[in-house]
Amino acid sequence: MEGVQLNLISKDKLDKMPSMEKLRMILENVKEGTIVVLESGLTPEEETKLIELTMLEIDHDKFIGIEVETYPQKEKSFFSKLFGKKGGRLTVIGPANRLKTLQKQDDLITALVQFG
Amino acid sequence: MGLMLRLKKKFGFILRLFFKKDRMRIGIYGPPNAGKTTLANRILRDWTGDIMGSASDVPHETRRARLREGVKIEVDGKSLMLDIVDTPGLATKIDFHDFMKFGLSEEEAKRRAKEATEGVIEAIKWLDDLDGILLVMDAAEDPFTQVNVTIVGNIEARNLPLLIVANKIDLPNASPARIKSAFPQHPVVPISALKGLNIDSLYKSMAERFG
Repeated sequence: MEGVQLNLISKDKLDKMPSMEKLRMILENVKEGTIVVLESGLTPEEETKLIELTMLEIDHDKFIGIEVETYPQKEKSFFSKLFGKKGGRLTVIGPANRLKTLQKQDDLITALVQFG
Repeated sequence: MGLMLRLKKKFGFILRLFFKKDRMRIGIYGPPNAGKTTLANRILRDWTGDIMGSASDVPHETRRARLREGVKIEVDGKSLMLDIVDTPGLATKIDFHDFMKFGLSEEEAKRRAKEATEGVIEAIKWLDDLDGILLVMDAAEDPFTQVNVTIVGNIEARNLPLLIVANKIDLPNASPARIKSAFPQHPVVPISALKGLNIDSLYKSMAERFG
């Protein structure tokens, strides 16, 4: 059967992985054409690190970058700002030439996945 | 990440409440073609008579961050001393074919794309050395892009003061209200950097936010 591979990665698995290992795994998957779905998403710091790593991997022929779909962070209180760890929300990451955002709202993301 | 850097990120906003710097380093961030350099040029022209660099319709015109030190802004008798950093546009993808649509040769387009990837990394690195952010969004475009969401999330995590600039309000389909509803937790100032519309309101907000 032909199609696009989706890797759905659980929060439990993500929580056990160091940031760098997590980001390397995502990028390797995406470079192979896989769409990665993260149950708990990435922290803002991890998201920017992922962009940095992506920029280093762009080769202008086979890999032109990534498309990331996630919701904005919820607003935090003063105390959670001080002591809380900022977690991410459900996130979908794919190769930019296959995954395209159609519409993004506060609570709904519509995306298109291109075959082949 | 170093312990000191993590502590600075976590508790920097408390220190800023008590110890105001006499000179703030402000970064101008945003996606490509939002009008960051046009805004930097507007600010510099208004307060120093100079400009930061050239702006263009071709995305990723700014591919190296540019720093201008000692820009003095005076609003309602209050003065604010700023170092302004105009950063390259942030993006998650860079396709050289996009540049060829603007008439660049394949070779030029590939070179521009390579420099643009380096520019994105440089813009991210600058985040560690800033005291505040002007996040420029194109008011005529959908604000819910991943780049905007990522920048806002990152600035919040660093507890840096943020001012969102809803640029290009001179365009007929501009909607600063859409930006306000997308990021209700942050102040949004609608302007046209190109035409100078509502620019005094921006300076007032900058004085309040960064002063």
